[in-house]
Amino acid sequence: MKASAGSLESSDCLITITKSNKLEIVIESVVLKQFGDQIKEVILNTLKDNNIAKMHVVCLDKGALDYTIKSRLETAIKRMGESHE
Amino acid sequence: MGVKNQKIKVINHIDELFNQIDISSNRNISFHHHLRNGDYVINYVLDKYKKEKVQGINLFPSAIFPNYSSILDLIKNGQINNITTNYINGPVAEFITHNGLPGKLKMQTHGGRARAIIEGKSEIDIAFIAVPYVNHFGDAVGFLGPNKCGSLGYAIPDSIHAKIKVLVTDNLINIEIPNPEISGENIDYILLVDQIGDTQGIVSGTTEITKNPIGVKIAKNTSILLNELGLIKEGFSFQSGAGGVSLRVTKDVKDIMIKKNIKASFFSGGITKYHVEMLEEGLVEKLYDVQCFDLEAIESLKRNKMHLPISASRYANPENKDQVIKDLDIVILGATEIDYNFNVNVTTDSHQTLIGGSGGHSDTASESKVCIIVSPLIKGRIPVIKDRVTTITTLGKNIDCLVTERGIAINPLRKDLIKKLKNTKLKIYPIQELASIAYGFTNIPKDIVKRDKIIGEVEDRTYEIIDYIYQV
Repeated sequence: MKASAGSLESSDCLITITKSNKLEIVIESVVLKQFGDQIKEVILNTLKDNNIAKMHVVCLDKGALDYTIKSRLETAIKRMGESHE
Repeated sequence: MGVKNQKIKVINHIDELFNQIDISSNRNISFHHHLRNGDYVINYVLDKYKKEKVQGINLFPSAIFPNYSSILDLIKNGQINNITTNYINGPVAEFITHNGLPGKLKMQTHGGRARAIIEGKSEIDIAFIAVPYVNHFGDAVGFLGPNKCGSLGYAIPDSIHAKIKVLVTDNLINIEIPNPEISGENIDYILLVDQIGDTQGIVSGTTEITKNPIGVKIAKNTSILLNELGLIKEGFSFQSGAGGVSLRVTKDVKDIMIKKNIKASFFSGGITKYHVEMLEEGLVEKLYDVQCFDLEAIESLKRNKMHLPISASRYANPENKDQVIKDLDIVILGATEIDYNFNVNVTTDSHQTLIGGSGGHSDTASESKVCIIVSPLIKGRIPVIKDRVTTITTLGKNIDCLVTERGIAINPLRKDLIKKLKNTKLKIYPIQELASIAYGFTNIPKDIVKRDKIIGEVEDRTYEIIDYIYQV
């Protein structure tokens, strides 16, 4: 089970989630040093808001703002839900 | 043809040149970058220094582009000691960022480079000057020939003040050249090569008017600001870079000029097809061209008498009495970063990697009546405003306004401008407040700047060292 949302345009991010039996978050970002912790926190909070405790999340970030990251992740989650049905 | 330089030797191969001059005692060598990423001469000449294993080379190229790979080889071989340049980008820049040099990297301005060469502060043993059109007397221009590059402005000081002057060409002709840019009386050798470079390579990727809505908004704000400051008036002078936003400002200024029936006196600096268009439409009297940014600009030098190639010294040397930018009313410049004191960085990115350099940034900011920085407030989550820029390229005292898509900041030193804008509808904020607006979107980035090992310095046109460059 896999789903993605977003793009690799500047100021966007591409998020890909895969079903997993543990929580794993991989972040590659052009601003990792400046904002890495913040990006991780947004991803964790968004997962929590969607009641997801286990997931493999890959975020390829090109300098997206928090709400972009959040909306890309939520869209990926919804897309995974759709393909589930 | 009158009495001309008879001592010039025409050389058919670089080996022959170094039979006549000692390569290992002539280690301070210079190049110009008018062929930009299409230059073949730098790699051709430096390959010889590589083969001969010359040690302790001090390089004085006016700029370093990604294609200048021989420089990287020489650095890795430990053959280069110091580099003095105005702009550095690509693999050489990345390598120096992480490894430094045995000596140091000195970043000058275009005007500062010319000044240092003329005043003997930069002592150049051999200037290798790529020229696309030269006669047997050593007279040369840059805008003719199969591999033309436009104005030769940055090479002129070298062509007069280096100890040995070598013109490198693929196009030696037999006719008189009226008004040559390079005057043969100073030239010692003409070195013939197969090809000096590829004209197509001079065009940089950014020389188109931006269509990006943020860029359009910034340009709009800028042209309104210029208009409200009363700067767009009969006989005004203007310089803008070749960046997409700068060119959009030029277009918006043009629209205002047409509407108000205003003619400008001159545009200076790097010239593009958009500047040429305005010259040919009679909107500006003269173009002072120190560098052509596209092929249309080169063609224009051929047909337009009022499109004038000028030397780097005439352009921006503060000690030159005829310095063109002394009369400059407006300059539009970019910024990688700007800080609360209005210092601007275009030398390194926010990871401290070398990505450019002053060029004429500090020169024009220092001399112009009003200097405007145009930039998006946020670039890939990094706010353009910082409390302190990573590297100072241009001192804040020379920067007057910052224009972003979300608002404008005016340097508090320019009380006159602030007063003129008392009743404006433009959104004007203290620069710290504009930074807060950005942080509202991005949050505050962690400060990652390391200032442990100095690898270079930024030398202003005044010869003052205004900042240091650090190893990452």
